[in-house]
Amino acid sequence: MEHEAHNPALLHHFADAQQQKNAASLGMWLFLVTEIMFFGGMFCAYLIYRLTYFNAFAAGSQQLSIALGAFNTAVLIISSVTVVLAVKAAEAGKRKALVTYLVITVLLGLTFLVVKGFEYREKFEKHHVPGSTFQFTETFDDNGKKIPVNPKQAELFFSLYFVMTGMHALHMIIGCGLFSVLAVLAWKGHYTPAYFTPIENGGLYWHLVDIIWIYLFPLLYLISRHS
Amino acid sequence: MASTAIPANQTPKLNYLNNGHSLKSWLLTTDHKRIAILYLISVTAFFMLGGFFAMLIRLELLTPQGDLMQADTYNKVFTTHGIVMVFFFLVPVVPAILGNFLVPLMIGAKDLAFPRINLLSWYLYVIGGAIFLHCMLTGGIDTGWTFYTPYSTAGSNTNVVEAGLAVFIAGFSSIFTGLNFIVTVHRMRAPGLTWDRLPLFIWANYATSLIMILGTPVIAITMVLVAAERLFHLGIFDPSLGGDPVLFQHLFWFYSHPAVYIMILPSMGVISELIACFSRKRVFGYNFVAMSSVAIAVFGFLVWAHHLFVAGISLYAALVFSFLSFLVGVPSAVKVFNWTATLYKGSISYATPMLYAFGFIGLFTIGGLTGLILATIGIDVHVTDTYFVIAHFHYVMVGGVLMGYLGGLHFWWPKISGRMYPEGWAKLSALFVFVGFNLTFFPQFILGYVGMPRRYWQYPPEFQVLNVLSTAGASILAVGYLLPMIYLLWSLRYGPIAEANPWGAAGLEWQTTSPPPTFNFDETPVVTWEAYNYEEIPAPKELEAPVAR
Repeated sequence: MEHEAHNPALLHHFADAQQQKNAASLGMWLFLVTEIMFFGGMFCAYLIYRLTYFNAFAAGSQQLSIALGAFNTAVLIISSVTVVLAVKAAEAGKRKALVTYLVITVLLGLTFLVVKGFEYREKFEKHHVPGSTFQFTETFDDNGKKIPVNPKQAELFFSLYFVMTGMHALHMIIGCGLFSVLAVLAWKGHYTPAYFTPIENGGLYWHLVDIIWIYLFPLLYLISRHS
Repeated sequence: MASTAIPANQTPKLNYLNNGHSLKSWLLTTDHKRIAILYLISVTAFFMLGGFFAMLIRLELLTPQGDLMQADTYNKVFTTHGIVMVFFFLVPVVPAILGNFLVPLMIGAKDLAFPRINLLSWYLYVIGGAIFLHCMLTGGIDTGWTFYTPYSTAGSNTNVVEAGLAVFIAGFSSIFTGLNFIVTVHRMRAPGLTWDRLPLFIWANYATSLIMILGTPVIAITMVLVAAERLFHLGIFDPSLGGDPVLFQHLFWFYSHPAVYIMILPSMGVISELIACFSRKRVFGYNFVAMSSVAIAVFGFLVWAHHLFVAGISLYAALVFSFLSFLVGVPSAVKVFNWTATLYKGSISYATPMLYAFGFIGLFTIGGLTGLILATIGIDVHVTDTYFVIAHFHYVMVGGVLMGYLGGLHFWWPKISGRMYPEGWAKLSALFVFVGFNLTFFPQFILGYVGMPRRYWQYPPEFQVLNVLSTAGASILAVGYLLPMIYLLWSLRYGPIAEANPWGAAGLEWQTTSPPPTFNFDETPVVTWEAYNYEEIPAPKELEAPVAR
């Protein structure tokens, strides 16, 4: 078979490296579509209940820390920048820079998860975790006017909060694992300017998980606070 | 395999079947054809399991009293039948077996774009199946295959979470298959094989794949939410916790209605190939048949709420969904009319695959038209949750999907196995399937219309005659399904050796040897012709000549 024998990354069933790269890239984009549909079900549930139980959702939202949420948003946006820099470094064949940016990305991801963990702990302490111990005595502070809310409806807010941020955190954990593997492989010199598809596709995944947070942050933390 | 019957003067060519005989060479294969065989074996096993539970249902309904089993057992039996048949048989059967085998061959590629993901998807299917078997053997599940809340999250004390996990994992198998097909069709086509030259089977599988990647993630998250609600008492669907069970029905049917198009579209693709080959004609209105597959995939996503007409959705929403459900009938009808027009003035031969194609057209038409009856809100309210609905979707899923699958399996069996099947036995079993199927399910239309509800283990004595007919039909149908399993296995050893192109069929898969070599083609083909150029291909002298009696 007269393949480009000099490229060890080329699989036998592709005609050339360009075809292989295009296939991998299209495959990754399609996978991102499935992720959007996966989260779409939860976003749909959230929007419906937010419209139905507005006051309770606003009261629940007011219990979240905008400062921690904003800090985490900033962390993720910076991590997206380091991912872009990593892809650039791979394209230029700068191995050390590539590894450095990948490691920084993982560290930023872990920072996000640690902050998220502190937020979760606060929910446990305030009994805002859905289940038999759930309590909600707070009211919806509508520009100074205290509106009491149904705790069952507030519990629904926290159900969706935990499911949505939990699923997002799971994707962050997978992303950190993925980028750690990429960093090790990059350190071993697996990626060259001729072949760095996994870095690009891993980057696409990371960006998508970031974008999901960019939607979660306003939906959960910001928009219901004031009517 | 089966090397004893090969004549001495013919040295067996290296092909995908004899290229490695160890168990490892099968279980770690990345060859799409071997993975298709793995699917063939595992999907057939689940079909037999689902069929066994169908027979239990029919036996129980032989008499009006609950004598074979009690209500609780019956609930588990029809749930198991539904889950096995829907998620482990109907969804994967044509794409994962015939599609896996044929998509790369038909487009002149060496393999699917992601061979390892293809193998992973088979393992996910098997793991999902194993989890469901474990669930079944440790108490089962009684919610019905629809997992309706709040019963599934707050009422049932059976293994709902485990069954949900099984469906979740099997769903990812389906997602990866769809993703693989889309990338393969976009990126791996042979030189000259433009989109308007693609076989219609490829178009059908492409449209199916779109539904798989857009719909399946939604059922996945729905199963996650059901599990979270059972395990952690999150109140997303349970009204006593503030949730809304109708939301579950929306999310469930957002996948599960398009899922019936995942099932039927690949079979429609098979039928296009069969009708063209056995009428020796170009498919009438190629563009319309190709685009109707895409149209079904698109419209299929806009009709889900017709399952909710009695669930308390607003009348205006119901009217819109009723209208859209009528609309999805248009591309389906385009296919039926175009197949019929293809037959016109064709030189038709009645080989077994063609018999199944005829069966498909007739039965799918009945299934489709009764679907329009159900899309009519007033009638739907009358027959909701009766045997009319059961009969309708079995006409589509069994009369449609299975007919297409069996027709395709016979048509491509020479390519898959390198052997011809025995034509006489095959025709007999096609007859059994057709007669048995109609006898099983036509009485159910009448039963449903006069008011027999689904999912009950007892019924008033005046329904008995029709139920006995249905059970008798199911027995004939079972024979019709068991016969191919016997004679196809027999043909592996004793069937006549198949030529590369025993049907004189168009399509790249017939240009390579039977069975194909591991990398499909000795040289990558270059395509310079339209699909179904039957006027340029000589028909075999007698189409049935190479076939064993």
